[in-house]
Order: sequence, then structure tokens, then C-alpha cells
Amino acid sequence: MDQSHLTPAAPPPDGAAPITEAELHAYADGQLPTARCAEIDTFLAAHEAERERVRDWQAQNQALRALLDPVLDEPLPLHLPLAPRRPSGRWQSLAAGVAIAAVSAGAAWWLRGAAGAVPAPQLAAAGQAALQGFAHRAAVAHAVYSPDPRRPVEVGGDQEQALVTWLTRRMGAAVRPPDLRSAGYELMGGRLLPGDRGPVAQFMFGDARGQRLTLYVTREDAGRDTAFSFGQDGPVNVFYWVDKDFGYAISAGADRQQLLHVAELVYRQLGTR
Amino acid sequence: MRAQDETAIVACIPSLRRYARGLLSDAALADDLVQDTLERAWSRFSLWQRRGEIRAWMFGIMHNHFIDGARARRSRPEDSAGDALPEVPQRATHADRLELEDLDRALQRLPHEQREILLLVAVEGMSYQEAAAVAGVPVGTVMSRLARGRDRLRQDLQGRAPAAATPIRRVK
Repeated sequence: MDQSHLTPAAPPPDGAAPITEAELHAYADGQLPTARCAEIDTFLAAHEAERERVRDWQAQNQALRALLDPVLDEPLPLHLPLAPRRPSGRWQSLAAGVAIAAVSAGAAWWLRGAAGAVPAPQLAAAGQAALQGFAHRAAVAHAVYSPDPRRPVEVGGDQEQALVTWLTRRMGAAVRPPDLRSAGYELMGGRLLPGDRGPVAQFMFGDARGQRLTLYVTREDAGRDTAFSFGQDGPVNVFYWVDKDFGYAISAGADRQQLLHVAELVYRQLGTR
Repeated sequence: MRAQDETAIVACIPSLRRYARGLLSDAALADDLVQDTLERAWSRFSLWQRRGEIRAWMFGIMHNHFIDGARARRSRPEDSAGDALPEVPQRATHADRLELEDLDRALQRLPHEQREILLLVAVEGMSYQEAAAVAGVPVGTVMSRLARGRDRLRQDLQGRAPAAATPIRRVK
């Protein structure tokens, strides 16, 4: 156990290893090897304040169990699922996973038909469950910045190289905007936003009719690979997924088919680097 | 083996409910958390490769859901469970009951990451390593959260006890 962060609670008794604060906790929790317990006993016998603290912790443990143990005897509420749903195929199981993740986000997500529309490359990523945290933040960021007529981005798309350099430096990893011109979207630029645990990048694109689309790129969920998922937050539709080091969310008012097309483009350009 | 895993998951439910109740206090909210956790677990169940013990896996899922929820609650502090508890217990007659209500309230006032670790260790009886795996933090972080949580709970409860026991002092 790493105890280096906790300073010894007492000077070493003759020859014995110093007793650490961590060991006092382990003693109170019954997680200390028996041999060491005897030494702690000796120590505590001579240190009243420490003895009282340890006793207090043990009393806390007991009180907490007294408070919460009755829950163990309650009958299980009806709505708790006590067995897996039995899907007939892989897609339904993916859809179920996505639906659950979406429902737990508390947003008005829907899913009908999405499974059938998921393109082939995502099959590989479908082995993991979906997330909802950054997808929601992406939708909010889209709703905040995309209607802004005067300053939708911090760095314009005409300075793409500067934008890439800046975002890459701040994100600590190579981040560049995808080319979405084949889908009719021009890069307008990007900005840096505070994510939940660090900076995230938002790229903004616009089409000929002035419709805006944002791509949110985050490293916060690195490693938690997530299947391609679709959701909706108010008027904003979102496709999101996590691929290795990055989480991506594409948000737009555009319909799902169009968004899916863009998502595939992005996935091909960014997700498979 | 799958049936065995299913049984193991169901067997976790009572302790998941206990843990959730400690985290959220409000029974309905706590069971919502359990429901989210179970639904996620069942949906991932067929994909799960036995990378760890079922219990740690289940509690890990609950941890993620709880943290997501805690973030949401932090942006709406008026909804936090600690504030939702009635300050004056209604018709409480038992001293024990009062004490437990005090404890519950003090527990809800702990920062959620300290509350989590304290509950995992003190109530669920997890080793520090297990708690670290569930919360996704190093063991050293578990230790410091545990120590801080305990200190804070102790101060909180001690600070309240005299206030309840001693009547208002007379000013001459």
C-alpha cells in the first residue's frame, strides 16, 4: 500500500517501524496484518489522543452500518431490472446499451432506427458502453456558441494552421479539424472551452444556408471506448463516440441522416488516424 | 458461467442499494441510481470479459453514474441531498433515531468523493485497494479521502452534539 503521502503519526518506538496514519486507519478497519496489530495496540495504549481517534473511527463505522444496514433487508423495488433483457441480435443489444446510457443522462434521447443506420466501421467500437457526460456538454456548447452571429469562434478558419497549433498545444495532443466540404460544410474556426476536467476543443462549420455544425473534441474520456451513439438535447442532435484517446461529439440542428453522414466523414478522418 | 454471473450481479443488489442510500440519502433518488447502474450492467453484461470481480465492477458502474449525477447536482446546488433533508426532524422520539438522522445529515454534508470512500470502506467493507479500483483513484487518494472524511464527520458530529445538549447560555 502506498502510504508515503501520510506522515508517521508518531516517532518510532525502539527499533520498530514507525506507525503511520494510514496504518491507524487500517487498524480501525480491520485491514492490518495481525502481527502489526499488536504493535499498534502497544502504541495506542501509550497515546490517548490517537486511541480516541481510532475508537471514534470505529464508532463511525458502526454507526454508519447501523444507519444503512436496514436497507439490506428491504424488499427490492419493482422497477429494478433483475435480469438482462434478451436481445435477439447484436444490434438490438447495442441499441439497448445506447438507450440506457441516454435515458440515464436524463435528456430526451431517442433511438429508433439508429442501430440500423450505424455504419460498419463503428462495429468495432460497439464493444463498449456509451457515455453521456461530454455529449451533453457538447450539445450545450453548440447551443451557446452556434447562434452567435458576431463571434461564433475564437480563431477563424482562415487561420487554420494557427488554430491547429494553438489547440494542439492546449489540448496536449494533435487536434485538427476534419474536412467536411464534401458534406457542404466549411470550417468557420474553433475555440477552446473548459471541459469537465480539462480543455476541450470546439470546431465550428457552416453550410451555404448558414446552418452551423460543431465538432466537440475532448480527451476527458480517453480509453473509455464508446460505440457510435445518437442523442438529442432540445433542438440539438448529437452523434458522439469515444475512440482511443478522444471523445467526439457532433452537434447540429440538422437531421439525423445528415448528421450521420458528417459523423462518418469525421470518423474516417479523425477516428482512424 | 453466465448464469453464475447473473446470480452474482443480483446478489450485489442489496449492497448496491445500501451504498446508494448512503450516497444520496433520499430513497427514491438512491434507487434511481441503482436502476441506472443495473441497466448499464445488464446492457454491458454480455460484453464484459471478466476483467475483475463482479462486485467491484458493479460498484464502479455506480461510481460513474453517481459522479455524473453529482456534477449535475453541483450546478444546481439547491437540489443537493444534504439540503433536502429536513433540518428539524419531525416527531422524532428516539434518541437513537435522532442520532442516526444527525449522522445521515453529516454524511450528506461530506464532499461526495469523501462520502464515497468512507462508505465503501466502512459500510461495504472493501479493502483500500478495492475502493481505489471502484473510484478509479490511487490507494493514496483513498487514504487521504478516508482520513479527511472521517475527520470532517467527527468534527461535524461533535460540533453538533454540544449545541443540542447544552441549552442557550444565559447572558448576564
